[in-house]
Amino acid sequence: MVTGRIRQLKRSGVLGMNCRNGKYIMPFNRRHFYPLVDDKLLCKKRLQEQGLAVPGLIGVARWMRQAAQIDQLLSGHNEFVIKPAHGSGGDGILVITDRKSDYFVTSDGMLVQHADLEHHLTNVIGGLYSLGGQPDVAMIESLVHFDPAFSDLTYHGVPDIRVIVYRGYPVMAMTRLPTRQSHGKANLHRGAIGVGIDLCSGITVGGVSGNDPISKHPDTGAAVAGFQIPHWSRIVSMAASCFEAVALGYLGVDIVLDRDLGPLILELNARPGLNIQIANRRGLCSRLDAVDELDDWDQSSEKRVEWACRTFGEPGSDLLTQAPGALDLEQLESE
Amino acid sequence: MSKLRQWIVLSLLLLLLGGLIVSYKVIWLGYPLMPDTSSEVWTVQVSLRIQPEDGPVRAELQLPSRSRGFTLSRENFISRGFGLTLDEETFRRQAQWAVRELHEARTLYYRATVIPETRQRRFARRPEKPQRPQLEEPFATALADIVAEVREESADPESFAASILFSLNNAASDENIKLFLSEMENQRERVGLARMLLAEAGIPSLQIHGILLQNEVQRAAVKTLLAVYDGDDWLLFDPGTGHRGLPEGFMIWWRGDEPLAKVSGAQLKDVQISIRQNVESALELAFDRVGLSNSSIGRISILQLPVHIQSVYEVLLLVPFGILVIVFLRNFVGFSSFGTFAPVLIALAFRETELLKGILLFILIVSLGLFFRFYLERLRLLLVPRLAAVVTIVVLLMTTISIISYQLGAETGLSISLFPMVIISMVIERMSIVWEERGALTSIREGFGSLMMAALAFMVMSLDILAYWVTVFPEINLIVLGIIVASGRYTGFRITELFRFRQLSDGNP
Repeated sequence: MVTGRIRQLKRSGVLGMNCRNGKYIMPFNRRHFYPLVDDKLLCKKRLQEQGLAVPGLIGVARWMRQAAQIDQLLSGHNEFVIKPAHGSGGDGILVITDRKSDYFVTSDGMLVQHADLEHHLTNVIGGLYSLGGQPDVAMIESLVHFDPAFSDLTYHGVPDIRVIVYRGYPVMAMTRLPTRQSHGKANLHRGAIGVGIDLCSGITVGGVSGNDPISKHPDTGAAVAGFQIPHWSRIVSMAASCFEAVALGYLGVDIVLDRDLGPLILELNARPGLNIQIANRRGLCSRLDAVDELDDWDQSSEKRVEWACRTFGEPGSDLLTQAPGALDLEQLESE
Repeated sequence: MSKLRQWIVLSLLLLLLGGLIVSYKVIWLGYPLMPDTSSEVWTVQVSLRIQPEDGPVRAELQLPSRSRGFTLSRENFISRGFGLTLDEETFRRQAQWAVRELHEARTLYYRATVIPETRQRRFARRPEKPQRPQLEEPFATALADIVAEVREESADPESFAASILFSLNNAASDENIKLFLSEMENQRERVGLARMLLAEAGIPSLQIHGILLQNEVQRAAVKTLLAVYDGDDWLLFDPGTGHRGLPEGFMIWWRGDEPLAKVSGAQLKDVQISIRQNVESALELAFDRVGLSNSSIGRISILQLPVHIQSVYEVLLLVPFGILVIVFLRNFVGFSSFGTFAPVLIALAFRETELLKGILLFILIVSLGLFFRFYLERLRLLLVPRLAAVVTIVVLLMTTISIISYQLGAETGLSISLFPMVIISMVIERMSIVWEERGALTSIREGFGSLMMAALAFMVMSLDILAYWVTVFPEINLIVLGIIVASGRYTGFRITELFRFRQLSDGNP
């Protein structure tokens, strides 16, 4: 039974953890470049230098005493996000959406005190959420107002879009939708749902909660498939351009859609998870192989996106021409 | 060589090296592969009773030299008042006792411990071509006749010797043989005759004397075998029966025509060989053998270290096996735990507490620790002081549990002190964070996961056979390293992934 299952998974081209680490992350992600993605502050600067849009930075708390001076750091912002610069898996991210006299309102509607905020900052700076527990830096970012297009598909919090970029080529994408269970966070292991996206058209194909397939958002009841992600071509080309910024061959790019600012790159991940395969009902291996088989993979990011769209897009999808996202793509191709 | 292939070579080299050293120790040095196998040891004692006459006394005793199937481990001489000199060659060893004056009867003792050995070694040197015997008539003609007759019936030295012995033992028919045998009374002289016949045919031969190590005997008989050189190797024959080969349990003692003991200036009243059997652990025997053979590889064993260091190394050398279990569980099965190798350290603590009690104590400490940790969280302590506080609380908890369990008469509570408190504190810290961030269920599940991994690592590390192997064959860890290196290149699925990706396994191409 086990060997049968292994054969089936191999046939579906499913990428396993060991394979991801051994064949893709180790050869293509040089450790030298890791700090560029593991340090979110550094990453943000790097992406800005490359002209890629990122959420604005309000302030940085580097020392314990700055935790007490949080008001100074906030400089009047009432909505913001506290993030450990070296955090992983969404740990230690605190989203504040409003301020009511002495209380702050978190994304899932809870009230926290000023002192709670300070304590959270000291935890972050003390290294509670960083890999290996080294002292860390707390970033305070401006809050992203998610695109209202997603309002049916999310429950508190901000949905994001994860694109896997292999050697500069986008190979697979999904959107992660927060649920009541995930407390407004877009992390799959916390209960957010993952929804696969057709790489060419930007239309969602079907969702997964945990490891089980779902067709409706558990809290809003909206169907998760058939939804057109706005600004899709820009999202894909931004993701592809990240390769130039950080030179990691196997990269997960997390993008959010801001109501006013459009797609923003939230963070990069040098060890992106494998659940994207479940969300897309499709293994990554064949797509990674397709990139490896390219004669000349060192092309401009536009060419790479174009190739990915042609190769990985759903065949026979005439939505390509109808979808609003596709318009951008046509423009892009004509450039 | 490409970098990608190097791991295969390295891993194979490690496996081969470890395997070779282990098999060298097992096959050549006779280290037992399994613990508690014991083998026979023989104590052989020769006592010479001598009655002095006038003047200086000299006694010579043939000592056991190289044998096949047995080797000497310890020897001693009890000969108060005598000067002792040893005359040693590979195939001939002799003890000489001498004393200027002796007034009363004395007994000289030689005692040797003989241990079984598997090595097949040549037991006598390559011989010269023998001189043809010079005999008077009618013996010379009879001798020539017998040889001519036997030669017709035989093809090579082996069959020649066999048929000579057959003729000697069934002499009734042959007049020529009868002529010789009429002069002889005992077995020894028959061997002499056989040798004379062989010499006439130009075949080198040798007398081999020894004893049978089969039963405990107070007075063992010396048995003489006839060794015949076939131009390449020595073949042994029992001159009495004509059987070929070394009899079971035969220890070769000395070679040649000399007697076992010779005395001058005194009367040799009695020579007695007694044989006693003891059982010694096979491992001790192996060490005795290593001591004798001067093998430096044989000395690679932690048993050569002082005893208190030994026990430390026994544990340390077991750690790679525990780690191998973790590698397997993480990379092949797909479990995750708090802290990469924390389960191994917890498993080491289980060695002292026993598994079930260890698990109970661990759960007790971690849950109490979690309780205090949640309280500390409310105090809003900074990270490092909070961790320090958790460690201190864990130490206090461990002490309290020890004291209470001792008062209640349960000794096992005391062994709790061996728990790695820092590791436990880190587990508590990580668990409480996961508890808050991802819920109690995830946290407890991962905590139990770590505990299960520790239990599995413990079960592997507490296998008696492994403890024995790492003690006697520390190089077995080279094999473990080889396996770990090889598993580092395993890029196939983890077992948990077969379930995780089950949606992708059917239907969709």
